[in-house]
Amino acid sequence: MTPRLFELMLWAAGATVLISAVSILIGLAIGFLVCAARVSRTRWLSTPAAVFVSFFRGVPLLVQLLLIYNLLPGFGLYVPSVVAAIAGLSLCTAAYQAENLRGGFMSVPKGLLEAADMVGLSPWQQMRRIRAPIALRLTLPALINEAILILKASSLISVVGVVELTRMAQNLAASTYRPLLFYSVAGGLYLVINWLVAGGGSLAERMLKKERA
Amino acid sequence: MTEVSTPTGPAIVVKGVSKRFGDLEVLHGIDLRIDRGTTTCLIGPSGSGKSTLLRCIAFLEEATAGTILVDGAPLGFTEGPDGARTRLPAPSIRAVRAKIGMVFQQFNLWPHMTALGNVCEALRTVRRLPRKEAEERGMAQLRKVGLENRAGHYPSQLSGGQQQRVAIARALALEPEILLFDEPTSSLDPELTGEVLNVMRALAEDGMSMVVVTHEIGFAATVGRHIAFLDHGRVLLDGPPEEVFGAPRHPRLEQFLETYLDRGAATLV
Repeated sequence: MTPRLFELMLWAAGATVLISAVSILIGLAIGFLVCAARVSRTRWLSTPAAVFVSFFRGVPLLVQLLLIYNLLPGFGLYVPSVVAAIAGLSLCTAAYQAENLRGGFMSVPKGLLEAADMVGLSPWQQMRRIRAPIALRLTLPALINEAILILKASSLISVVGVVELTRMAQNLAASTYRPLLFYSVAGGLYLVINWLVAGGGSLAERMLKKERA
Repeated sequence: MTEVSTPTGPAIVVKGVSKRFGDLEVLHGIDLRIDRGTTTCLIGPSGSGKSTLLRCIAFLEEATAGTILVDGAPLGFTEGPDGARTRLPAPSIRAVRAKIGMVFQQFNLWPHMTALGNVCEALRTVRRLPRKEAEERGMAQLRKVGLENRAGHYPSQLSGGQQQRVAIARALALEPEILLFDEPTSSLDPELTGEVLNVMRALAEDGMSMVVVTHEIGFAATVGRHIAFLDHGRVLLDGPPEEVFGAPRHPRLEQFLETYLDRGAATLV
């Protein structure tokens, strides 16, 4: 493999990381909202949230991506395929992250909020200062897990025409007739990226250990 | 409302408070006056309703009937002349509750904040004090409970007794007029209860108004100026310790104290 071709693979790996990271962050934000709606006592909030979760968890990501990609022009939205890809990944991970967060929020001991009540923290201050930080810490391992799943699932976005690591490997394998080489390199790069994510996760957990120990 | 806030009036007045959980009525029309500057101890067997009463005073539980006046101001509900109760809006509840600090059986420290962070949180978030001033005040409170050298520790790095002392410092930080303690030593190892009781004793000597739900009968008898003995959701006895613990003793109290024979209350029985 020439350095030039390896450089292309690295660039594609960068695209994979960037698209996945953006999707996970957008997904976390949407996940927060969906989770808040899901635990709401108002039916017209909790029901749509439950439907959202069951749809995006129940339909294969590949089908979701193809749906979004082909549906948007129907609404007169001609967006670049990378935007459709990020939308698909974000919505899918949001459904899973909403459920993770719901578990985290339910695990925050009620007494911690009573203590906050007694010193006069408003419901919003309790969310910002007590509930969200604790729920996020509790869901950190699940969040890392989700990040790794999304990094791998992002290989599917090649179907909507986004060139990322898997698609680049396909292209180069086809033009050089050396599929084994390029798919091995792609696999290796995925592995390295996920090692780094997992390593970052354990580092964060170790830093938080001090609080829990 | 005819009750007027005066610095000499009672700290808390409980009027006809009942609490029902579904079909179970755990408090039956409790009347109680908590005097200013002294320690009131609520004692009684498990399930007598003493913790529920304290939680109603803190408005962590909403009484199903009756009213609670803190410093003359109604907390949570007001009662009109016709006896109809109206629920007060949240800002009023927060304003009246600001006079009360609470210490819980399970400490309830926020695990992601240091000891100092726990103590300073409300000073920063609610009172909006600048960091430096909040931390100075927080350190002063930690010093009061003897833990200034643990300021940077997380709750998980502290013993149960130390955690409870941090929780007391947190409750003191907002300078409440009344401190409520809900079985503050019940989840502590016996050898750690002393350090918490000592802090509470010092607060009592400083003239803090305190309401303490406790199983520490020795503490109640020596520090309490006012004892209320609850049984089956009613205040059975109410008065100074000499009167409540002195002879002739109420048979229910006698029976209750016997279970404490092996818990250091032997001198009383």
